[in-house]
Amino acid sequence: MRRVLGAVLLGLLAVLALVLFLNFRGEDKIHDAPPLTPPAGESVARGAYLARAGNCIACHTERGGAPFAGGRAIETPFGTVYASNLTPHETGLRNWSASHFWRALHHGRARDGRLLYPAFPYPNYTFVSRADADAIYDYLRTVPPVERPNTPHRLRWPYSTQTALAIWRALYFRPGAHEDNRAQSAEWNRGAYLVTGLGHCGACHTARNPLGASSDMMDLSGGVLPMQNWYAPSLASAAEAGVADWDLAQIVRLLQTGVTQRGTVLGPMAEVVLQSTQHLAPADLRAMAVFLKGLPQSKQPAQQAPALSARVAERGAKLYGDHCAQCHGEKGEGVPGAYPALAGNRAVTLPVAANLVQVVLGGGFAPATAGNPRPYGMPPFATVLSDADVAAVISHIRTSWGNRAGAVGEFAVSQQRGGSRI
Amino acid sequence: MAQRMLACTVCHGSQGRAGPDGFYPRIAGKPAGYLYNQLLNFRDGRRHYGLMARLLDPLSDAYLLEIAQHFASLDLPYAAPPRPRVPDAVLQRGQALARNGDQARDIPACEQCHGPALTGVVPNTPGLLGLSRDYLNSQMGAWRTGQRRAHAPDCMARIARQLAPEDVVAVASWLAAQPLPADAAPAASLPRPPVIKCGSASQPAGRQQP
Repeated sequence: MRRVLGAVLLGLLAVLALVLFLNFRGEDKIHDAPPLTPPAGESVARGAYLARAGNCIACHTERGGAPFAGGRAIETPFGTVYASNLTPHETGLRNWSASHFWRALHHGRARDGRLLYPAFPYPNYTFVSRADADAIYDYLRTVPPVERPNTPHRLRWPYSTQTALAIWRALYFRPGAHEDNRAQSAEWNRGAYLVTGLGHCGACHTARNPLGASSDMMDLSGGVLPMQNWYAPSLASAAEAGVADWDLAQIVRLLQTGVTQRGTVLGPMAEVVLQSTQHLAPADLRAMAVFLKGLPQSKQPAQQAPALSARVAERGAKLYGDHCAQCHGEKGEGVPGAYPALAGNRAVTLPVAANLVQVVLGGGFAPATAGNPRPYGMPPFATVLSDADVAAVISHIRTSWGNRAGAVGEFAVSQQRGGSRI
Repeated sequence: MAQRMLACTVCHGSQGRAGPDGFYPRIAGKPAGYLYNQLLNFRDGRRHYGLMARLLDPLSDAYLLEIAQHFASLDLPYAAPPRPRVPDAVLQRGQALARNGDQARDIPACEQCHGPALTGVVPNTPGLLGLSRDYLNSQMGAWRTGQRRAHAPDCMARIARQLAPEDVVAVASWLAAQPLPADAAPAASLPRPPVIKCGSASQPAGRQQP
């Protein structure tokens, strides 16, 4: 009995040692102190640019709040995480040195040593170079300091504990570094660095497991955004949002303006284009386009639309004629430059219909960018159409004019309406 | 521009309309500065309505201003007001408040700021006629609870908190029952400077930039 107990104890100690090792591997000791005066010069300007590429401001700014002062609530399946204050105030990063900042980005640990929740996408940011991290640090020391103590996260037990986080990290996180793939061009490698690192595209475009971990930062085969009921489509599939057969210029245009003849960004991606990608240098956007265009493409099984019941088909067609056809056309042909075509539109026929439900219920504008400053808007129908109506009209759109996607049921619409609070 | 704005007109139409979750007010012909302030308030969290916030999130300050100017420039006829459903005494109380205020309780008259004809004042003060009683009631309620806010000093929040619930019903009922004058446009200026300061009436402020 004693021997069994001893063995169990020894085993536990070994696991503990392993978890500790995996959490702290590769970390250097921190000796530097924060600079006494704000940095200036080229590094600050580059840091401002890189902060755009990482879209730090989107999460670290509350609605209507001061930039980078934190406070925005990020809903997760495990509870609510509140973004922290990044401004150089006592309540923000004032006492952080460049090495502390690097450790947060690269190792996912705060200044006081706490393990950080991966809602802060350090599984991606770990690929950011030290030089780039230092430039972002320099920039953040120049933004106006704002007094705003960090809001404590509201997570359920056991997710609220550092132990759970340490085990999660031991299982799913490993500090990384971007390594050039010599078989590829410099441009492709730059694109890979931006997409998988700062751009953290995979934070949304990669499926997460039940514990919120992404399998592979290079995967990008699509994922549902936790708690938001939006689907970030696969960037590696011609049936979803893959761009293998697009011109590079078209891909750049989508990231720069939010609209192209082949598609428009909406929802969470509109925020990304608005705050991040429209500000990036054309050469960087082109590099990202080269990388995205070269992603290995997955084969999609041919979709076969099941026949709609006559009642739903008739109701959907009638609603389409009453509410949609005026803009999107009798045959879903749309109006170029204004109202998107629905026939042959990949956003309409995605295997996950969540985005279509979102757009019909909540409407939306494409982002107002320098290249498309006056976007057209889709009206919200949440207050006009019932769940059954929305299901019928979406099913009609997904099965008409050559579209061959599955119908959507009333229950799915109702769940989404409740989940999105619209 | 109208073709870009179908997302707005489905609810706000030419007269606004009632919906399952409240009343969507008419926006045609309101002063541009007022509309711009409201667009910013919804986007930046001083007013709360999920559908509005999410429509406005991806839009720029410049475009919001253009949207405000577009709707301000519309000159659409007003529908006749509905017949009031409250006793005359309530209407009289509402009229007294709107026209004279209540000095004893430090409540200014509506017309002091919203214009003698109550059709608003350019650039930032809205007209109060042509709106439903339910909408007026709910906005006053939202101001009392802090759900609706404006830039500081938030004069309407202060006034709404001075009003008793019966006052709110009275003044909303009277306002909603008034027909529009022949010239329904906002006044160019006020005959006398207003007695209170309002934050929204200063220059509109846009999205904070880093």
